Amino acid sequence: MAGLADGADGRDMTTQSLTAQRRAAWRSYRDQLAKSTARTLSRRRFVSQMMIGLTFLAALIAVLPLTLIVFHLLRQGLSSVNLDFFTHMPKPTGDVGGGMANAIVGTGMLVLIASVLGLPVGIFAGLYLAEQRGARLATVVRFLSDVLNGLPSIVLGIFAWGLLVRPFRHFSALAGGMALAAMMIPLVTRTTEEMIRLVPVSMREAALALGYTKWRTSLSIVLRTAMPGIVTGALLAVARIAGETAPLIFTAFGNSFWSVSPTQPIAALPMQIYFYATAPYDDWHAQAWAGALVLLGLVLVISVAARFATRSRAGLGSD
Amino acid sequence: MGFALVIPTLLLLIGVEVFRAGWPAFKAFGLTFFTSSAWDPVNGNFGAAPAVYGTIVSSILALIIATPLAVGVAIFLSEFAPNWIRQPIAFFVDLLAAIPSVVYGLWGVLVLVPFIRAHVMPFVKDTLHLGDFPLFSGAAYGPSMFAAGCILAIMILPYISAVTREVLRAVPRSQREAALALGATRWEMIWDAVLPYARSGILGGVILGLGRAIGETMAVTMVIGNRHELSASLFQPGYTMASLIANEFAEATNDLHVSSLMAVGAGLFIVTVIVNVIARWLVWRTARTGAT
Repeated sequence: MAGLADGADGRDMTTQSLTAQRRAAWRSYRDQLAKSTARTLSRRRFVSQMMIGLTFLAALIAVLPLTLIVFHLLRQGLSSVNLDFFTHMPKPTGDVGGGMANAIVGTGMLVLIASVLGLPVGIFAGLYLAEQRGARLATVVRFLSDVLNGLPSIVLGIFAWGLLVRPFRHFSALAGGMALAAMMIPLVTRTTEEMIRLVPVSMREAALALGYTKWRTSLSIVLRTAMPGIVTGALLAVARIAGETAPLIFTAFGNSFWSVSPTQPIAALPMQIYFYATAPYDDWHAQAWAGALVLLGLVLVISVAARFATRSRAGLGSD
Repeated sequence: MGFALVIPTLLLLIGVEVFRAGWPAFKAFGLTFFTSSAWDPVNGNFGAAPAVYGTIVSSILALIIATPLAVGVAIFLSEFAPNWIRQPIAFFVDLLAAIPSVVYGLWGVLVLVPFIRAHVMPFVKDTLHLGDFPLFSGAAYGPSMFAAGCILAIMILPYISAVTREVLRAVPRSQREAALALGATRWEMIWDAVLPYARSGILGGVILGLGRAIGETMAVTMVIGNRHELSASLFQPGYTMASLIANEFAEATNDLHVSSLMAVGAGLFIVTVIVNVIARWLVWRTARTGAT
């Protein structure tokens, strides 16, 4: 049955006149349905029930991998997650125990560098996009920000390598942070824009009426009102980049020693998991499971908390 | 508001950087770089055909698995699910997108790959007797194009499903009500009146998922086996463009090797930009027309 939506321009059918073509399509659809006998009708009902059942099945299948992953992480990883894991350095294979203290701190360091570089850019770009909604430049920037968001993280990795590793001839936390910042910018830009759009126009108008200049209204009224939502967006972006591995392997590179220097190679939790998982030793696999459990826990706690915060915020903002 | 200009600048810089760095390889091999399957760092002869092929095959496999599931989930959630079940399932599917790639990889290499080796491959070869069929031929190692396709399917499912739900929400109510009023069953309403309306938006979501699959690196690197070989069999190890870069970049020995990997990166850049532009345009078009 073709044509029921042809030429539809998105407006509700009741508020517009249907095109002749579409009207004809609906007429023939009505005639076709009316031809149904009792037998075909019961078959149609059966097919309908079956397809609805299939979509339910699809939902169950979609939830299955998450359940399995969490199950395996808990079963394999929980026994290795203890205080040592957070406070000790990695041990060579054969030595039982040891932890990932340097990798955990390294991930913190990388996230910090990325946030310092990426957050201001993302937030102000988002502010610009929200304030200049209709401007041609804003449309272009919004579009390019989506394109940047779709770039593979590994491409951002080789970009940061070419920019900050090759010229200085050694790996550094700064290069890794830079690659992560490039990932973070489009994410923060879009959430900031959405949050700022939730700020009621009346607040803006009130500020302008009181004689505030336009940019001061933006900064001290609009941005401040939207700040909790923006923080949520930033947290979501942090959760996303904290788990990234691909852009780090040839920028931050990894480090088996303690280091927090931005100019030195630095360890990171996801990279450590990668090295351990692809090594052929069982005790390293155990550490990889534990690391993955900690990483997933970290990421899920941040993103779930951020999501719940946004939900209640969005409810308030739309009043 | 100069900060906004950082985004176009960044994108431009990335493009310029990867193309500049990949230029020596393009100059040395020309377009045969993407059709030759030589990869010989010692003698400096490079061709990315197996990686390009692997990227295409693994992504398409992922789409074939993920698209019906993702669209099914989206239809269930937006049309049929009662409220108490919609929220938790939507939440779990969204969470799939939050799991770091390396965690998928770890699970893939230590759980999924052994499972495929022990159950799926013997089932297809011995029970279904499809071992001589080119798609499934060769020794069953475990790490394979098939494993990569499965892991990718799980990873892109939430993206396709999220876009599809958004697009379905944009279909006007009257479209549904009209179909029901004429006596259509609930499924006929979806199939005849709602899906045609949402078609191009769903296609956009699928292409967006394709973009994710093409660029996905760590999980694929860990399960695909990383071998420079063109093989029709899905059960054989392979390579993708992204996993090739991830696997060899840190150990690249000479300038031409680095440049070749950069050229692969440049190819990846171009392809994902094109794919994303098409996808965004399709989604934007549907979301705009259905903004009621």
